[in-house]
Amino acid sequence: MTFGKLATGLAAALALAALPAQAASVKIGFVTTLTTPAGVIGKDMQDAFNLALEDIGGRMGGLDVEVIYEDDGFKPEIGKQKTDKLVQKDNVDFVAGYIWSNVLLASQKSVLDAGKFLISANAGPSQLAGKQCHENFFATSWQNDQTPMAMGEVLNQRGVKSLYVIAPNYAAGKNMVAGVERSFRGEIVGKDLTKWPGQLDFSAELAKARASKADGVFIFYPGKAGGAFMKQYQQAGLNGQIPLYSVFTVDSLSLPLFQEGKLEGVMGSFMTQFWAPDLDVPQNRKFVEGFRKKYGRYPSFYAAQSYDAMFLIKSAVDAVNGDLTDADGMRAAMEKADFPSVRGPFKFGNNHFPIQNFYLREVVADADGNWTTATRGVVYRDHQDPYAKDCKM
Amino acid sequence: MTWTLLLEQFLNGFQLGVVLFLMAAGLTLVFGIMDMVNLAHGSLYMIGALLCATFTDWTGSFILGVLLALPAVLAVGIAVEVVALRTLYRRDHLDQVLATFGLILFFNELCRIIWGPEGMAIPLPGWLDGSIEILPGMPYPTYRLLVIAVGLAVAAALYWLVVRTRTGMLIRAGASNRTMVGALGVNIGLLFTLIFGLGAALAGLAGMMAAPIVQANIGMGESILIPAFVVIVVGGIGSIRGAFIAALLVGLIDTMGRSFLDLLLGTVMSVTAAETAAPALSAMAIYILMAVVLFFRPQGLFPPQGRR
Repeated sequence: MTFGKLATGLAAALALAALPAQAASVKIGFVTTLTTPAGVIGKDMQDAFNLALEDIGGRMGGLDVEVIYEDDGFKPEIGKQKTDKLVQKDNVDFVAGYIWSNVLLASQKSVLDAGKFLISANAGPSQLAGKQCHENFFATSWQNDQTPMAMGEVLNQRGVKSLYVIAPNYAAGKNMVAGVERSFRGEIVGKDLTKWPGQLDFSAELAKARASKADGVFIFYPGKAGGAFMKQYQQAGLNGQIPLYSVFTVDSLSLPLFQEGKLEGVMGSFMTQFWAPDLDVPQNRKFVEGFRKKYGRYPSFYAAQSYDAMFLIKSAVDAVNGDLTDADGMRAAMEKADFPSVRGPFKFGNNHFPIQNFYLREVVADADGNWTTATRGVVYRDHQDPYAKDCKM
Repeated sequence: MTWTLLLEQFLNGFQLGVVLFLMAAGLTLVFGIMDMVNLAHGSLYMIGALLCATFTDWTGSFILGVLLALPAVLAVGIAVEVVALRTLYRRDHLDQVLATFGLILFFNELCRIIWGPEGMAIPLPGWLDGSIEILPGMPYPTYRLLVIAVGLAVAAALYWLVVRTRTGMLIRAGASNRTMVGALGVNIGLLFTLIFGLGAALAGLAGMMAAPIVQANIGMGESILIPAFVVIVVGGIGSIRGAFIAALLVGLIDTMGRSFLDLLLGTVMSVTAAETAAPALSAMAIYILMAVVLFFRPQGLFPPQGRR
């Protein structure tokens, strides 16, 4: 072998070896639930994330964007495996997504220990808002306690004196209960934490709620379980007896199913939320119109948060002009929250959870007869979660 | 705690038990007679629910939906037996578990392709969708009463089939000693196809009964499969009577645990501790029951005659 051939061979080998190091694209891993009945939530998030990618022209900071979707199968251990794969094998720059608090809690260490950025597009467990807060963790959603706290405030305003609480027995369910207990000034006359996921029949809990003679029932049942719960509430004849107050149970994903199942009892029911499809903000109009045009349905709040997550990441990569090695620069950019959000202006607290408004919403029919929600007032303005003070950052 | 609440919870437990019995009856026949572990039994429950939802959608009537879905799920069951399971009878349990687990994945994916991930809600006719006052001050969901009635009717029909008919005699004989039944010249292959079809129809019926309560979901069979196995192990594998009594027992224990365990624990520990411990303990209750039964009666409570 001549020296020339050896040299070209070496050069070619070096060039090949050097390729992965030259980041030609921004890699984003997105972990959500794509199978199981909860897959409908994951699909909404995925659709919104893809729409956002389209809306930014597939580029940020002069680089192409590549998104890798992973399915957690509704299970913390699988979510962690998929996260490990994204971090170690795919070597992504950002990991986003996560519907479930228990999946996020199981997965966060893999991302943060590797020095990558983690952006929750839904789950907001109290642990990550308080003592376990991390400089590379951001949430484009809310802290779990906040929405039920707003609901507790609504209950006070409506003169509810006694409340029966039913929620699933996992990280977010416990946070939701803690949230409503924090702001509700009446008496909690009973509480049931049900098996999660898996329990879809609530006959025993509903019988207890009726027997308690409470002024109201508060529930948190995201995804399929919510539909089952509402149906059984109606079948048990509780609709006329005890008003039902919910968080994260009635949304754009469940309402078409409620309509199909003729669950008239849902109409006019109230919930609290940080966002609504009818929020009059330019970015929100663009998002909701774009989403309805592309997918033919209303986006859910899960979709709104995922849409925001893409723009948050873009603001970071734009700020460092695509230099993905500049973690400090990207972090500083994200802390400023200088991106167009579907909820209008918001800022991050010291724990990287949003400080934002919470609205009261009511289920109504739109002009075409589709069931949706309409904003009825602001419960909290610029609200910060109660765990932020425990975060040393 | 009042007597009406206790009675209501008893009915709730009874209703859960009845659905579990529909699931467990087919499972115990297949397991008991052909010694076949069929994890895909839950898939038939799911298919029953989804077919019923579709037929209800087409016809606009839940009753018609059930009547159309029943023969459909029977056909699916027979097709599964002929195509996939027939080759597995002579293999050991581990192979059967593996193959039928594969079937679960297959059916979940197939149903997702056909029905989409969101599943379907089944609207009930107005006269079934509310509640009626069965005692003064005690309304109970009408639909759950119907489920109880259907379950009891099916149990009675099965009892008649198993105890009074020639097919039933062969089923009982098969559960006690299947080699002997084969040696007597009975067409075991045909018998088993029929039994499997019957089991599939029962599982499908259980799914149809559950669907208006919990909606028709992809993967809904998995959450009921394990309690159904607990039922047949507690009742004695192969025994319809055992499955019936064990199903009611499991349904009642599960419901009563969810209802009153927190109150009970609250008397011996702090309310906060009871609130955390009760859901965990009540989720374990049926497995504790199974462990206790297996300890004292490893064959189950009512094993078939020849297997005691």
